[in-house]
This record gives sequence, structure tokens and C-alpha cells, in this order.
Amino acid sequence: MNNSTPILSVRDLKVHFPLDEGTVKAVDGVTFDVYAGQVFGIVGESGCGKSVTMKAVLRIVEPPGKIVAGEIILRRSVAGANGSQMDDLINLTALDASGRVMRSIRGAEIALIPQEPMASFSPVHTIGDQIIEAIMLHQAVNQREARKIALQMLKDVGIPIPDQRLDEYSWQLSGGLRQRAIIAMALSCNPRVLIADEPTTAVDVTTQAQVLRLLRRLQQDRNAAIIFITHDLGVIAQMADYVMVMYLGLVMEQGPVDEIFHAPKHPYTQALLRSIPTITMTPRENLPTITGSIPHPFNKPRGCPFHPRCEKSIAGKCDQAVPPLRRIGANQMVSCFLYE
Amino acid sequence: MSESTLAQPIEQALKSKAEDRVSVASNWQLVWWRFRKNRLAVLSALVLIGFYIVVLFPDFFSTQDHEFTDAKLAFIPAQGFHFFNGLTPSPWVPAVVGKRNLVTLRMEWNVDETKQVPVRFLTQGYKYKLFGLIESDLHLIGLADQKSEDRIYLLGTDRLGRDQWSRLMFGTRTSMTVGLIAVALSVILGVLLGGISGYFGGWADLIIQRFIELLQSLPTIPIWLAMTAALPRDWGPIEVFFAITVILAFIGWTTLGREVRGRFLSLREEDFVLAADLAGCSQLRIILRHMVPAFMSHIIATSTLAIPVMIINETSLSFLGLGIRPPAISWGVLLQEATNIQTLALAPWLLTPGIAVIVAVLAFNLVGDGLRDAADPYSR
Amino acid sequence: MLRFIAQRLLLLPVLLFLFSVVVFILVEAPPGDFLTSYMATLASGGSSIETEQLEALKQQFGLDQPIHIQYLRWMESLSKGDLGLSLEYQRPNIDLIGERLWLTIALALFAFFITWIIAIPAGIYSATHQNSLLDYVLTVLNYIGVATPNFLLALILMWVAYAQFNVSITGLFSSDYIQAPWSVARVIDLLQHIWLPAIVLGIGGTARLTRIMRANLLDELHKPYVVTARAKGLSEWKVVLKYPVRLAINPLVSTIGWYLPQLFSGSLIVATVMSLQNVGPLLLRALTQQDMYLAGSILLIYCFLTIIGTLISDVLLAIVDPRIRMEGA
Repeated sequence: MNNSTPILSVRDLKVHFPLDEGTVKAVDGVTFDVYAGQVFGIVGESGCGKSVTMKAVLRIVEPPGKIVAGEIILRRSVAGANGSQMDDLINLTALDASGRVMRSIRGAEIALIPQEPMASFSPVHTIGDQIIEAIMLHQAVNQREARKIALQMLKDVGIPIPDQRLDEYSWQLSGGLRQRAIIAMALSCNPRVLIADEPTTAVDVTTQAQVLRLLRRLQQDRNAAIIFITHDLGVIAQMADYVMVMYLGLVMEQGPVDEIFHAPKHPYTQALLRSIPTITMTPRENLPTITGSIPHPFNKPRGCPFHPRCEKSIAGKCDQAVPPLRRIGANQMVSCFLYE
Repeated sequence: MSESTLAQPIEQALKSKAEDRVSVASNWQLVWWRFRKNRLAVLSALVLIGFYIVVLFPDFFSTQDHEFTDAKLAFIPAQGFHFFNGLTPSPWVPAVVGKRNLVTLRMEWNVDETKQVPVRFLTQGYKYKLFGLIESDLHLIGLADQKSEDRIYLLGTDRLGRDQWSRLMFGTRTSMTVGLIAVALSVILGVLLGGISGYFGGWADLIIQRFIELLQSLPTIPIWLAMTAALPRDWGPIEVFFAITVILAFIGWTTLGREVRGRFLSLREEDFVLAADLAGCSQLRIILRHMVPAFMSHIIATSTLAIPVMIINETSLSFLGLGIRPPAISWGVLLQEATNIQTLALAPWLLTPGIAVIVAVLAFNLVGDGLRDAADPYSR
Repeated sequence: MLRFIAQRLLLLPVLLFLFSVVVFILVEAPPGDFLTSYMATLASGGSSIETEQLEALKQQFGLDQPIHIQYLRWMESLSKGDLGLSLEYQRPNIDLIGERLWLTIALALFAFFITWIIAIPAGIYSATHQNSLLDYVLTVLNYIGVATPNFLLALILMWVAYAQFNVSITGLFSSDYIQAPWSVARVIDLLQHIWLPAIVLGIGGTARLTRIMRANLLDELHKPYVVTARAKGLSEWKVVLKYPVRLAINPLVSTIGWYLPQLFSGSLIVATVMSLQNVGPLLLRALTQQDMYLAGSILLIYCFLTIIGTLISDVLLAIVDPRIRMEGA
């Protein structure tokens, strides 16, 4: 396997939540590729479907949410007939979400660093118990060996006195240590795809910088792919190699991080970037904001979801159909009628 | 295209109008709107209103004088009520015929479906005094022929030939009132002591809290029994009634007291209380005008859920012979008649007060749950 | 943790002292005493008692002393482990209570275990299958369970058993074993009889516990740590049983504190209806006959059981929840 073929390919993924009040189309046709050794950033406001997309990849979307269309293809290497390694493509949407195959992928091949480190550990089980459980689930080791691996993991993520921490509870740890412990648990089975769902929202700035550095280092050491979800454009600029911008369950634009930040194509991306304060701004200058507010998920606007707030909206076109995602430039893709 | 652009402003206008309505509605209106959505709770509330109408007019619903005894008429079975005679709407009940069993020498009564006794709605019957003041003889159901020898036994009779239905009406009056008054007393005690405890804190809080803990660690039922057993034998029904209510409330107020204290503790920190204080309101005014309304809906929900507990307790005490005492009637007193299993096998209708207990308690619980959810949509 | 238990244990005598005062006031409160009502009974039977004999009895029981002396005398004998003499039965109270006390505790514990064995799985099922048919059925049953007083349920069961099957389901032993000394056969006989009263006693608590379990688990099921556990690749039932169920049960442990005492005193009513030979009916008779030392002893035992129930609950809570355990340390 090399780094030129995607390790994870998502094609036209749709996740809908049928509720009494109507159907929420949380993810409504999302397509992207993730490569090994790459940090793939997903940005968007809260409610744009980025977390649901990731839950769909792990097949842990909570009911009544359902994957109604699309494919999630994971490339994994299996031992071939002659002892060589072979690539095997597996479509996760076709698997039974709670079946054995999916469970052997979850946590082992694709791991999750959840949003809130505080609430993501059970408060009545020790950190060690929860990490060792993950290790023993996917590796053929006994309790003692698993504990050794867990200890090494805690050391790797830079937790001091790991031996003692293993027998402590999450609420006895500081926010930064807790976040590191969560990362250690996610990494404990050497996943090839690591999903980090806003891993730094709950920690202070110093810790945030440490955690980001840690993730970077681990990723380089292990040649894993990281899918990094955040609404913080600064963090994305610092972390990601490739960026996908989402709005109301749809991909607005995706491309290499430099292109997205220096030559944004979609009006939404442009508006987002304008709303970041910069050092060159004159004091007391009003920060540009995006007019209007995010529509309620039950009555998404027809056509391009962004058109009611878009300055460049084309009447009779943008409010009629959803623009397809089209390639412009070498690696950049945009979904907007302005580039037809 | 025009359709969607036109429709939107109208939709938005409608929506904002609805939002306006919500934003200006009082807390009570909000609670009521949320409560209304819970059909089961609304239905239960109607059932409870029905019960309390019976409480107000037990004589009107009775078919016979509930104190009338005649051992000859013991264990008459329930007749069953017919609205139609053939196809014509003309209500009637079957007659009962008695035959002396030559072995046991007891009268045995049977329903004779062939003999119809016509009855009328809203007709005259025995005389009574409405609220003890106004003389009346109006009844919901009465015999069509006033001079007839037949009687109406909707739920049969007990071992003394007393009409179970009419007694049930009066039992309802007692049992439903005991619960209500006992809870009212606990609310007064709970709000007063819990309020002092939560608002002033310090020593008052410490003492009241220890006192509540002491009361809560007493074994409720045995202590209740001991207290009711200590009531003088020669007390009349009214005195016993109030004593029982006070005894029930005495232990029941602690839960409410704790809740009120908790609310006071959290409200004390709120800005609007500080604002009222700075505006120069007296402490009493702050408590009564600013704090109490803020948790009134919770208190009402909690009290509603406390009433069924009181009803069950009263019924159990009376059933054991240590609560309401005959000749006063409550559901528990009525159920005492059903203690003997042989009797019960002979006259299963003696268990009907039990149905009343279950329905009333069920209705109170459903209404209470509905109110609690309506008062606070975030708590389960 | 040990300090916490020690604190509680130190509080025990203080509470017992307070309760003994309350209890004594209660049993002393009725006007007249046992002898007056005893004489009234005798008089109605046509016989009477000589004044000398009456005085002797009064002295024997200290009924001629002022109230505080009576209390101190009672306390004195209690501290020696002597529960006094029953006025009515003229036998040591400890003999009268003896076996009945163990049956009271056994019945309460049985009811307790039945409650938990039914309520926890039912609550888990209801929460994990929210809005399913069985969830609705369980909810309806819960409401009815809470609304039915113990004694009424006992009456209905006894009536159905008698009217339909012509069997009597009263008592804790079959007639052969009521007076028999303890033996394996008698224990088996007890086990055959105790489950029905235990169910009757526990039904209200079962309904309440199922509802609490369901609500707690529904709260926990959507917590982030469940997502974490699922993302590990654990199977669904392992996820649910190891994490949210564990956390949902924790607060239930604190309900033991009021539930066990409630069972002890609740057994009184069920015992009276189903004529079970535990302390309940004995207390009832003692109270109505003003057999004050017997009633006082039983009431004090109930108080003691209540305190013990709360203590057990506190200790269990500290065991299952590390957050509470560490707090005390």
C-alpha cells in the first residue's frame, strides 16, 4: 500500500434522521478521500453534519439516524495467498453496524478521539480499565501484556507517572492529561485512520497547542491518516494538509490547505475567512459577519443551502438546484454555480 | 419560483406571531400549554374532577341512605344497570329476590333479570341536606315509582345490608378529602420550614435539617400506627378525621420541605433576588412576591404526587382499624369488610372500593407526572 | 471510607436514644394504661380483680411511678439487653419477638431481591427499547403497580386463589410446620410460602424502581462515554451493560436507604392481611391492648432496622461509586 491511493473513500454519503416533525438531512451527499500520512481537516459551523459524517464512518450513528445512501470504502491490507500483503476494499455501509466485521474495524482500523474528554471516560471505571479493554478487544494479548501496552501508550502521549495514572479515574486527571489519555486509548490499537472530533475545544490554549503537536508527531511516527474535525479555522490552518468545508450537510469546497486559505473559491469559504480577525486589521474595525443565520434543519432552503445568505447568489439558479461538486485546479473542488 | 418566494414571508410572519405569543405568555400559560399536550394527564384530570364532584355531592349520587341497615338484606349482589328496554331508552334495574336457605337459614339473594324495576335519572329519592344546609331530595338515579318496595343496589350490599354504592360515595368523600387536606398541611409546613431553612441558612437551617433527617429515619408505618393508636377512644369521627390528617401530614411534609429548601438555596443566588433586595423590598416581600412564584409550579406538581401517597396511607391505616373509624366511612373502612376471604368469595363486590383507590391514585400520579413535565421540560 | 462508616456507627446510639424517647412518648400517650383496659375487659367478662392484686401488678411493672422514672427503668433494662415483660402475655418480650423478627427480616430481604431481580432487567429493556410495545406494557404495569396498595393486592390474590383454586395462601408455613422446631424441612417449607407475600410486598417498589432505572438509563445512554465505548468496537450489549447500566444503577443504590426500611415496616400490613407470623401483627395487637413495653420494644426494633437499612445503603454507595469513596478519604 502506498500513500497515493486513498485509505478511506466516502462517496455521496447521506445520513437522514426521520423525526416526528420531519426528516433532518444531517448529511446529504458528501464525497471525499483520505490518504495515509495526511491530516484531512473538516470545517463547518455546528450542525453542518461533520460529526454525523464521522459517526457514519464508524457506523455508530444513533437511532433514528440512518445511512440512506452512499458508500464508505476502507482499504485495508490482508495477507494474500502467497504470504504477501494485498489490498482489500471493504464497503462499510454494506456491513451490519453491530456485526463482527464492523466491530473488528471500529477501534482497531478506525479510531475515534471524541469531543469531550471530560465526559468521554466513564467516571466509575479506571482509565486503565478502559484502555486495556480496547487493547484486549482487538489484540491477542492477556491482561498483563495489555497493561504493558497501555502503559507504553500513556508514556508515548507524554503522561507523567503513567503507572499511577492507569489506576486513577478520569475526574482525578487535569483537562490536558485527560485529553492525552483519550488519545492514548484511541491509538492503543494502531489505527490507520484516526478521527479527531474537535479534540481541543474543551482545553485551554496552552494544552491545545501541546495536544496538536502531539497529534502531529504521532501521525508522522505511525503514518496514519487523521481526520480532524473542528470549527476553528486557525487550528485547521495549523494542522491540516487538505481541507473540506461543509455547510448544512453538504460539501461546499475542498482542497489543499494553502489553496483553501489563500485562494478560496466558494462564497461561503470566503465569508468564513473574512470573519477571522487578523493582525493587520485597524483597531475597532467591525469584523465582517455572514448575514442571516443557519436555517432550521427542518426547512432547509431549496437549491444551494447557502444561497439565502450568499452575496453572489444567482436568482433562478442557486435557489433551484444544488450545484454539483466540480474540480477546479489540480486538487481543489467546489460546489458553486459561479464556476460553471 | 414565485410560489416559494411568496410563501416564505407569510410563513415567517406566522411563525414570528406564534413566537410572540410564547414570549409574552405567563409562566402559568406555558405550563398549561405543555400540560394540555399530555392527553393521558388531561383525561386523568377530568377523572379527578369527577371524583371531587362526588366529594361535594355524595348524597346526590347515592341511591339509598348509606346508614340504613337491615341484616335481612345482607349480601345482595350487584344488579347491573340497563339503559335500554329492548330498543327504547328507558333505564331499569333487575329486581332481587331472596330465598331462605334451609340449611344455613340465611337469606340468599339473586338477581331476577325477568323482573324489571324502572328507574329515572335526576329524580326524587330520600331527603338529605346539601352541605348540611339546603334540604333536597334530588338524586342522580332513583326509582321511577316512588312507592315501590324495590331498591336499587348498583354494587350490592354488605353483611349488614348497607348499600355498597351509596357507602362508596361517602367513602370517596372522606378518602379524597383526607389526601387533599393532609397534603395542604404538609405544603404549609414544608414551605414554611423549608423556606426558613433555605432562605436564612445558618443555625435555623442546621436545626431544621437535622429535624427532617430524624423524622425521615423513623419507620413510617409503625410510627403512624403508634400515633393513631394513641388517639383517645372516645373521639368523634370529625376529631379522628382531623387527627389522622395531621398525623399523615406530620411525616409527609419532610420531602416537600427538602425540595423547597433546595429551590430557595438556588434561587437565593439569582440576580432577580439581588435586584429586588437592592430595590429595597422587604424580606417577606422578596420571598412571597419573587421567590415563591418562581417555584410554585414545582411545588404544585410535587404536592399532586404526594396526594396519592396520602390516600394509600389513609386507606391502609383505616384498613388495619387504626385510621378512620366506623361509623365514619372511608375506602379503607369499606375494605375492612372484605378482610374475610370466605365473605369475599361470597360477595366479591366488597372489593369495589379497591378499584376506586387504584383509579384515584393512578389519576393523581398521571396528573402529577404531567404537571411535573410541564413545569420543567428538562427534568424527567 | 472507614472513617465515614465509623462516623455513622457513632451516630447510631444518639439516634437510638432520640428514637427511644419518641417511642416511649408514643406508647405512653394513650390515656389510661394496660391495667385499666385489662380491668375493663375483665369487668365486661363479669369477673374482677382484687385491689391488692392490682397494686401488686402495678408495682411489678412500675406503672405507679412517674413517667420519667418509668422511662429510666425501661432504659436500664434495655441497656442490659432485657426487653422487658409483656403485660398481656406475661412472658418476656424477647421470646415473643424472637423468631418473628427473623421472619420479618427474611420477608423484607426476599421482597428486596425480587424487586431488584425484576426491576433492573425490566428497566434496562424499557430504556434500550424505548417506545416499543413491551416498553408501553411495562409502563402501564408500573403505573398500576404503584397505584395498588399492598394490602389490596394481597386481598385480591387471596380472593382469586380461594375463589378459583380453593386454596388458602395465608401464612408463612404449612400447618405441619407452624409450631415445629427449625429443621431443613421447615426452611424448605418457608421458602415455598415466602415468595408470594414477598412479591406482594415488593410490587410497589418494583414498579417504582423500574421507572427510575428506565429514566436513569435513558439519561446515561446518550452520554459521550457510551459513544467512546461503542467506537472501541465493543458489542452493543457489552457497551450497555458495562457502562451506562453501571452508572444508572449507582443512584439506585442510594434508594436502598429508604426502600429497605420501607419493606420492614410495609411488611406489617401485608403480614396482617395474609396472617404471617412476623412482628407486624404482634405490634398491632400490642398497640391496641396498650401492652406498652412490647409495643415499645417492637417500635424500637423497627427504628433500629431503619437505621441499619440507611447505613447499608450508604456503605454500598461508597463501594460502587469511586467518586463518593474518594471524597471520604
